[in-house]
Amino acid sequence: MAVRKHPENAAVFVADNDRAHWHDQALWFVRSKRDKIAATLPEWEELRQRASEIKLHTLSRLADLLEEFERNATKLGAKVYWARTPAEHNEIVLSIIQQHKATKVVKSKSMLTEECHLNPFLERNGITVTDTDLGEWIVQLLEEPPSHIVMPAIHIKREEVGDLFHKHLGTDAGATDPPYLVNAARKKLREQFLGAEIGLTGVNFAIAETGGFVVCTNEGNADLGVSLPKVHIACMGIEKMIPRFKDLGVFLRLLARSATGQPITTYSSHFHGPMPGGELHIILVDNGRSDILGSEEFRRSLHCIRCGACMNTCPVYRRSGGHSYQTTVPGPIGSILAPSRDAKTYSTLPYACSLCGSCSDVCPVKIDLHTQLLSWRKEIAHRKLLPWSKRMSMTLAGMMFQRTWLFTMIGRWGRWLLPKLPRFMVYNRFNDWGKQRELPPMPKQSFREMYALRNKERS
Amino acid sequence: MPHVGLFIPCYIDQLYPDVGFATVELLEKHGCTVEFPPAQTCCGQPMANTGCTDAAIPVARKYLEIFSKYEYIVCPSGSCTAMIRQHYHDLVHDHPDFERVTTHTYELCEFLVDVLKIETITGSFPYRVGLHQSCHGLRELRLGSASELMQPRFSKAGQLLQGLDGIQLVELKRADECCGFGGTFAVSEEAVSCMMGLDRIHDHEQAGAEIVTAGDMSCLMHMYGLITRQKKPLKVMHVAEILAGRQPEK
Repeated sequence: MAVRKHPENAAVFVADNDRAHWHDQALWFVRSKRDKIAATLPEWEELRQRASEIKLHTLSRLADLLEEFERNATKLGAKVYWARTPAEHNEIVLSIIQQHKATKVVKSKSMLTEECHLNPFLERNGITVTDTDLGEWIVQLLEEPPSHIVMPAIHIKREEVGDLFHKHLGTDAGATDPPYLVNAARKKLREQFLGAEIGLTGVNFAIAETGGFVVCTNEGNADLGVSLPKVHIACMGIEKMIPRFKDLGVFLRLLARSATGQPITTYSSHFHGPMPGGELHIILVDNGRSDILGSEEFRRSLHCIRCGACMNTCPVYRRSGGHSYQTTVPGPIGSILAPSRDAKTYSTLPYACSLCGSCSDVCPVKIDLHTQLLSWRKEIAHRKLLPWSKRMSMTLAGMMFQRTWLFTMIGRWGRWLLPKLPRFMVYNRFNDWGKQRELPPMPKQSFREMYALRNKERS
Repeated sequence: MPHVGLFIPCYIDQLYPDVGFATVELLEKHGCTVEFPPAQTCCGQPMANTGCTDAAIPVARKYLEIFSKYEYIVCPSGSCTAMIRQHYHDLVHDHPDFERVTTHTYELCEFLVDVLKIETITGSFPYRVGLHQSCHGLRELRLGSASELMQPRFSKAGQLLQGLDGIQLVELKRADECCGFGGTFAVSEEAVSCMMGLDRIHDHEQAGAEIVTAGDMSCLMHMYGLITRQKKPLKVMHVAEILAGRQPEK
């Protein structure tokens, strides 16, 4: 897929003014819910600090903790695999499915499998995969990627869900009643659950000390998906590790509150080894995470617990939509992770940000998101990935600001010239400021000129 | 009597001279001697925020050298002050004046409240005012409580404005959402930037504001641009202008 620049994608999204506002309001509603519920915990800021410290500690000895997890999970009867790349991950999943001569897989929400593009890979190999998270199923039926990591179909209006279900499930044309549509989905998904031979899940937290892991859902679809089939495949990025069982509470308290404003996810399912007579396969995936871990500047981005709060609060994400980022993880955290993999392709993402800092303050694990976005800008300029015009204008501006006489002269000329120019020479297609905005009135004298005059008069 | 070196950001110097004078008047009224070193230009933020470190370093160094002799440096912009205090480390941490100059640079309201210990400012401003919390002042300098953080609510600019006779600070639906200026973001992400600005303006309008004020003229320049193009009656004034006793133009 060709990747377009973020500003171009964003402009298309913004052009549909009603829809862009609807999207903004929907996500702001979630952010407000988060504020309300966070405010009920007097220890909120302490929890964030604690979570951040646990993650910092975890990353400082990630290799050891991963091996500890492998040992303990194996003891519990699980089989643990290591995948360096998405291709390795997908091959492992496929080989497990093929060993069981299975063709039907149900999958609960997993951004990692999205990141690895698992669905199209399995489909090419004759496997039917059904996403059982309602939002993710909707985008699967639409043949679109998720636009948000917690609410994959947040960009879809319920009228559109009605049309989609009418087409795929035969619901009444024009139906928009949520309980009616949800019931239709439930009925159809039930069939998929009952027919599935393999259940696939993501992982929210893997506990080194016990070898167990936790999957959080609101729909219970992960539980059902791995309770009916005998084989459970769990796919996780290596940063999902936490050291001890007692650390879990800190994260569970933060996750749902930050993500959706709920006190806790409806289901927090714990898995400790396979169920009797079943199999449990756990795949640990790197896909560039070790590189990020090796970078002092961006290491902290691996703290992320994928709550999506930075997206909900980001004024740019809310008004440009998740698809404008063209990455599996969009928004502020996605704009840090994507260039880590491919700085050239995603060079506009760190600039899709007004540096307002709201993401850093909302983040439950205290990732300094906006500072890291700024660091990425430096990295992009350093690697000469900035457009020529931007680089040139900044070099010239730097030269001007080094020379006081030049700065004051250019200022004086500009203030003199601008009001004299006919409007079309100022407001035209080359002036992005002026498309929707007037320039400020040009004063005759600058502050420094007036100040010098005042001082002269005083003395 | 504190001796203050005045740092007037480049665009305020060239485009908003009265904001500079309001700052001088406020500081002098509260017992400071003020000096404007004329060699100053810019803090370097436009280059630094674009990632062009090499272009920003000499500008940052120039700032340190010009202001090294002052007891206090005061600037009527949270954003430029944040650049100096929070981001000069990445550019000029090895400069001998780095530590002293960066820790002695204050945003105007912060200086009035924290250093001069001013609780209220006398004056009158009988208008309904919307206080726009400029992001860098709010989240990098902590001039107020950010809505994301669960902590007691405060605002240094709000506290000073509150003391004026007749002023009515209106309550916004989104207390501290970004206006979308964001420096070069305003042009490189023009569509989102303008939508953010219009949404912010609308929030002030629905709250009944007659004047939008802020600690940063850059946010106000962006909002003024949109307000004027849309021919809305809303006016913008820098917080220094209101505190110095200016009244809105009729």
